[in-house]
Amino acid sequence: MFFDSFAEFIAMGKHGFYVWLCYGITALVIIANILAPIRQRKKLFEQQARLQRREKKNASEA
Amino acid sequence: MWEALKRLYHRMGSPKWFYEISARWLPWFAIPAALCLIVGTVWGLAFAPADYQQGNSFRIIYIHVPAAILAQGAYAMMAIAGGIFLIWRMKMAAWVAAAIAPIGASFCFLALITGAIWGKPTWGTWWVWDARLTSMLLLLFLYFGVMALQKAMETDDTSAKAGAILSLVGLVNIPIIKYSVEWWNTLHQPATLKLTEESTMAMEMLIPLLIMIVGFYLLFATLIFMRTRNEVLWHERKKSWVKKLIEAEK
Amino acid sequence: MSLVTATIKRDLIIAARNPGEWLNPLMFFLMVLALFPLAVDPDPKFLSKIAAGVVWVAALLATLLSLDALFKADVEDGTLEQWLASGESLYAMALGKVFVHWCISGLPLTLVAPLLALMMNLPDDAYAALFFSLLLGTPILSLLGAVGAALTAGVRSGGLLLSLVILPLYIPILIFGASAVYHAGIGMEYAGQLGFLASFLCISMTLTPFAVAGALKLNLSR
Repeated sequence: MFFDSFAEFIAMGKHGFYVWLCYGITALVIIANILAPIRQRKKLFEQQARLQRREKKNASEA
Repeated sequence: MWEALKRLYHRMGSPKWFYEISARWLPWFAIPAALCLIVGTVWGLAFAPADYQQGNSFRIIYIHVPAAILAQGAYAMMAIAGGIFLIWRMKMAAWVAAAIAPIGASFCFLALITGAIWGKPTWGTWWVWDARLTSMLLLLFLYFGVMALQKAMETDDTSAKAGAILSLVGLVNIPIIKYSVEWWNTLHQPATLKLTEESTMAMEMLIPLLIMIVGFYLLFATLIFMRTRNEVLWHERKKSWVKKLIEAEK
Repeated sequence: MSLVTATIKRDLIIAARNPGEWLNPLMFFLMVLALFPLAVDPDPKFLSKIAAGVVWVAALLATLLSLDALFKADVEDGTLEQWLASGESLYAMALGKVFVHWCISGLPLTLVAPLLALMMNLPDDAYAALFFSLLLGTPILSLLGAVGAALTAGVRSGGLLLSLVILPLYIPILIFGASAVYHAGIGMEYAGQLGFLASFLCISMTLTPFAVAGALKLNLSR
């Protein structure tokens, strides 16, 4: 461990704000990148399932 | 060996095969990616020594450099995938290219914003027209162009082709842009303190950086798989295997 | 007479009969130049310092705005299909179209720029550099721009998209063109920058027509 105490680790020798801001933004970007395709997939499934249901209904009515 | 590669290539062209195999491959990329990113972050933040000039702010290197490398690599991959699509008419390649664009742009943005934040303690201002930051900014512009074009056309096929042509033109231009920006930078008083200087890096600093680069690449591969799977489902939504898949989900 | 030279001749005649086609970019060029002293500072000393960059940026924007119409008419009225059916090479057609575009946008800009640079108080030594850097640089702007124009020819509001697509590719030309003029102004050697522009011109003259031809074919499937 490079730092002597946890408080020092957070402070990063006066640069804490910059370092933690960078890591925070990175975490946000990575999480957004992971969530976006998952949500996209969910939406696609819902939309296609609805389409299929409607097609089936139309077929049974006709 | 060659035959095996050729077989893999032809199978890659089959969306259904890709969809099935990628489900099995995903964890083999996602889990090592998470491990590398966690180990690299902890090591870089808590155990690596501080830089003798920049102090602890140098720890930003562990995300800035991998993001920058990835952003450039992703553009090249996108252009190559586009080229494969144009030459061999392999649809999967076009979908991969469409999957890469937003991921690459987001890493490019990440490299820019971490560079700017890092610049504040190093240079005293948020933005300096430093050669690397400037060429990253121009790379982001190139991504914007490709993404705008991919969305602009009426049919999927033409927009994929247009995006592929533009990304290939951009790929040829990237070295020229980089060279001209570096040359321009040497004329206008370059920042005396460079953000990154590879030559002076000690081993204890370098190893976590390498781990982070590997982690970012694995994460990138995972994200491409996830997005390409969605592209496959969307473009093949009228095919029976996708319809069955959706029916089974309910 | 081959189809290419016939097209070049036809387009030049059309341009000669519609003065707006080549006058509008020039007027735009003049207006953009006038904005800088108004917005920043009319002090002659300051102006002479930024003149090189401002003239180059204005020339670049004027070229960019004139690009939008480059292939639009040909795509819409079916001329492009006739071209493909005729079996003539698209590569040659692309070069011909770019040549005409340069004649009605880049060339007048190059000729007028030294006059307008007077208003920006450009240093005396820089006029030759300005002329030659534009003479070598504007054809590259037309060539690279043709790629964007061909890609966006079928898009309804392609003008803004075209700028997004093309501007990043213009950066190296802007850097070397403006720096040639700036260095000439402070009495330094500028042959290197012109050399870069010349080699870039050669590369783009051989490569971009391929991209233009490929992009033009996309407009057929619509």
